[in-house]
Amino acid sequence: MGTPAAIHPIVILLAAIFTSNMVLANFLGMCPFISVSNEYKTASGLGKAVSLVMLVTTILNWFLYHYVIAPLGLEYLRFILFIVVIAASVQIIEMALDRYLPELHVKLGIFLPLITVNCSILGISLFMVIRDYTALQTVFFGLGSGLGWWLAICALAAIREKIARNKLPIGLGGPGITFIITGIMALAFIGFAGTLMIQ
Amino acid sequence: MEIVQTVLSISLISSALAVVVVIADRFLNDYGECVIDINGGNRQMTVNGGSTLLSALAANRIFIPSACGGKATCGLCTVQVASDVGPVLPTEEPYLSEEQVNEGVRLSCQIKIKHDLEIHIPEELFNIEQYQARIEKITDLTHDIKEFRFALEEPAELAFKPGQYVQIDSKPYGSVTESVSRAYSISSVPSDKGFVDLIIRLVPNGICTTFMHEHVKEGDTITLRGPFGDFYLRDGADDLVFIAGGSGLAPIKSLVFDILEQGLEKNMTFFFGAVTKKDLYYVELFQDLEKRYPNFRYIPALSNPAPEDAWQGDVGLITDVVAKYVETPVNKQAYLCGSPGMINACINVLTGIGLTEDEVFYDKFT
Repeated sequence: MGTPAAIHPIVILLAAIFTSNMVLANFLGMCPFISVSNEYKTASGLGKAVSLVMLVTTILNWFLYHYVIAPLGLEYLRFILFIVVIAASVQIIEMALDRYLPELHVKLGIFLPLITVNCSILGISLFMVIRDYTALQTVFFGLGSGLGWWLAICALAAIREKIARNKLPIGLGGPGITFIITGIMALAFIGFAGTLMIQ
Repeated sequence: MEIVQTVLSISLISSALAVVVVIADRFLNDYGECVIDINGGNRQMTVNGGSTLLSALAANRIFIPSACGGKATCGLCTVQVASDVGPVLPTEEPYLSEEQVNEGVRLSCQIKIKHDLEIHIPEELFNIEQYQARIEKITDLTHDIKEFRFALEEPAELAFKPGQYVQIDSKPYGSVTESVSRAYSISSVPSDKGFVDLIIRLVPNGICTTFMHEHVKEGDTITLRGPFGDFYLRDGADDLVFIAGGSGLAPIKSLVFDILEQGLEKNMTFFFGAVTKKDLYYVELFQDLEKRYPNFRYIPALSNPAPEDAWQGDVGLITDVVAKYVETPVNKQAYLCGSPGMINACINVLTGIGLTEDEVFYDKFT
């Protein structure tokens, strides 16, 4: 593995989707992953909303970090500042969607406020700092992480729709079986690990 | 030094973002002036776009029934929208039947006004007004039920049909920071002009009932809206069966007293269900009516009387007691008010006796 600046953005994109998937490798953003994966349609809606917010907030936070936080030596405040930026940008994204893309707002609208507190959104902003990504790499990292999260929740929802009609042992229904499925999915995703070596 | 720097940088960056959000709100949420046309030109109003239909109508003194205050949890604020306002939202779906969706019925609290709208609402909603009322008297009826007598201040009179309800707006108290609207049936009669009586049972952890029971006193001013509801006397039958439990006595009291006052030729039987004697109230009032009016009968029943109650009356679930006294469905109507469980059980008993569904009227607590 070379220095971070040497990694091709496309590699980062693919790695974020497959080898270091936000949910299945890092186990971030689990709450909505478990609770909103009953139905494929809703899960996909949430996945799209997460992707959009991830992309926008990582880019904003990259500029905030490199032009405000780092020059002023405020690294110890980055958790709070990233969260504030995420909260504000989600508000604005919601208003903008409602105004210009009402169709999309109908589909994503109810999820957007929920996403403000999704830990994977904060997670990728922090990863981007730790891994010292450039602006371009950050764009691809944000996009890839979002797509990866979307892929994972859609896959889980599809599986859950299939098993919804099956009889499960008492106590394993709902979240129980969902955690087991998530575990197996995470194992399956390990299979991608050999293809790309990015932390 | 570091503390000052920390506080300053967080405040500055947060304020900057807040300003951005406010500016974005100003530009993105500004939909200009929109015209709302009600019932095909019957009324027209100009409102500022960007707000919800429910709040825009309320600002123009048209009060659509709503018990949750615009959070899409009660499903009462339905309005027929003739203009295109986009597909039904996931938040509305649980409250709209397929038929309603086809007719364009929507929850007005979920519709954001972005352009001119054409809507249809029942004419009687035009009669709904908002009132400022002073609490004249608070009476303890049982250990958890109080009666509130309101003197209407502005406007001074409320014309309603016995059985209808009003909404109260609670005010923030203690750890409750929000104001909620809740519906309560009127227990007084329309001839008692200038006053409205409500009977409110304390619901554990209920925001509005706790407010009314513990945070208001005589002399306080409260906001009321009404009258709402389609639970009122219908023509047709001469034999009326009233069944109530708990604070469900309120609309029944209004109906019974109004019928007696009007001198209508109706035979009335009033079943009141409670658990023990301490849950009973207004017993003497109704027993006195029974003595004075041969066409009124009062049957209180206890499901689980305590030994010290020395209860002489009927014992058993209200459904069993109703089944015991009501024999024939001929020329009958039933009016029910109480918990959903009680009402559903009573509807089963009444239809079992032979009443049809359009002879049974009810007001379920939600």
